[in-house]
Amino acid sequence: MHADPAVEVTALVKRYGDKTAVDGLSLTIARGTVTAVLGPNGAGKTTTIETCEGYRRPDAGTVRVLGLDPVARAAQLRPRIGVMLQSGGVYAGAHALEMLRHTARLYAHPLPVGPLAERLGLDSCGRTPYRRLSGGQQQRLALAMAVVGRPELVFLDEPTAGLDPQARRATWELVTELRAAGVTVVLTTHQMDEAEQLADEVAVVDRGRVIAQGSPDALRGTEARLRFDGPPALDLAPLRKVLPDRAVVTETAPGSYRVEAELDAALLAAVTGWCAEAGVMPDRLAVQRRSLEDVFLDLTGRDLR
Amino acid sequence: MTATDLTPRPGAAPVGRMLLAQTALETRMLLRNGEQLLLTVVIPTLLLVLFSAVDVVDVEGPGERVDFLAPGLLALAVMSTAFTGQAIATGFERRYGVLKRLGATPLPRWALLSAKTGCVLVTELLQVLLLSGIALALGWSPHGNPLAVLLLLVLGTAAFSGLGLLMAGTLRAEATLAGANLVFVLLLLAGGVVVPLSKFPGAVRPVLELLPISALSDGLRSVLQLGGGVPWADLGLLAGWSVLGLAAASRLFRWE
Repeated sequence: MHADPAVEVTALVKRYGDKTAVDGLSLTIARGTVTAVLGPNGAGKTTTIETCEGYRRPDAGTVRVLGLDPVARAAQLRPRIGVMLQSGGVYAGAHALEMLRHTARLYAHPLPVGPLAERLGLDSCGRTPYRRLSGGQQQRLALAMAVVGRPELVFLDEPTAGLDPQARRATWELVTELRAAGVTVVLTTHQMDEAEQLADEVAVVDRGRVIAQGSPDALRGTEARLRFDGPPALDLAPLRKVLPDRAVVTETAPGSYRVEAELDAALLAAVTGWCAEAGVMPDRLAVQRRSLEDVFLDLTGRDLR
Repeated sequence: MTATDLTPRPGAAPVGRMLLAQTALETRMLLRNGEQLLLTVVIPTLLLVLFSAVDVVDVEGPGERVDFLAPGLLALAVMSTAFTGQAIATGFERRYGVLKRLGATPLPRWALLSAKTGCVLVTELLQVLLLSGIALALGWSPHGNPLAVLLLLVLGTAAFSGLGLLMAGTLRAEATLAGANLVFVLLLLAGGVVVPLSKFPGAVRPVLELLPISALSDGLRSVLQLGGGVPWADLGLLAGWSVLGLAAASRLFRWE
């Protein structure tokens, strides 16, 4: 495998008029990985991806994709990357598979179009005009167009937005297989479960910067919640004494207790030990890890933008 | 479900193959589009047949009515394909992200534009064959040097392509649709296509004579109807429009 990264963005700045879309963003993506770029609407995800694809010139900072400047070395780079735009990209009058076949013709060693269309459920709409395809079919066609040239690196901008569960699963399977075949995948998404399922690495983008990056596990951290039910109004002071200082114990509703802490076996033993001493049967005892969604909302805030 | 071998094997197709594929696709898109065919085939054909058969416009010069009309409608055919049709199609391709998406493939921009030109030339060839066939059936007797005619058609195509791409690359798709159709109708009426420029008041004539459609219809008529030599003045005017239009389009064209 290559030691040098697939994508290296350093202090990227991109402005539209007086609005700064990307504000000093840095991001390194290793080859052969699946990276999910997460962020609220308007965070700068699409601008960053489109700068990597060579559509936009950085106002400041540098972007290298497969070691190349995507604007200056576009001719060398384009055959090696696959691109799925958020929408559009197909002649209104083209038939669904006509556009896929055409895209395949622009590459030296394309995938066979038939099997690719079949596995994405597009084989039944071969002669349907593009404008009459459902939104989900249009998405899958765009995905097929991104991979048909057998690229080393694919950029997928919201590949599963608006897909039904079956189509979403087919897309996930394809991404997993791309990774297994050694293709680097960069995707943007709003769906946390998608990032958790697919991504080796998650980059959280907000207000034009990467505010957190790591594997889904690393981002979630070891912090967790432990919940149990018991009699209401227990004296929690003795429990607090046996727990680490940073642990927070609260009675969230009469008879419902929550412990927030770095979770390990010792902590669980301390809680259940206290229960045994106090003669409390911890009912519905449950450990809840923080979800990526919790992490995301903690990082980017809960307010609507 | 069949397994697909997704192992990377990147590479651009040979540029000749890309160019051929893109030209074929653009031509298929055009021939499949009803509105485009109305503009490029039905309207010039109807006008040729109608005005040759019915004495509603005063024609001038020697020969039959069709001898005046056929060169004008060849000029109209070039304008309908190279300007109006190309502007509208390209405007909507820009709007629908087609140009943007193709920009991420190995197809170079110059090859995309060459494919558009190729598509225009193929369509024009079909138009010329159709209109000439009909005109001959109506008793047309063309004169002059075929090379001069070819030169006029090529420079006319370049001039109208530049203006069409300029419009498509700078205006919204809806504005291009409305504008390109309006210009088509105005130039059809005021560009010497079916109405001789001599019918217009002397004050506006010098302006109308500078239009690319006037240069093309006048040049074609001076060769095909009058049997004149190479119409250098008209060719020069078309070359000027070509340089202006193509230069402005290449500077101002926005791909998204």
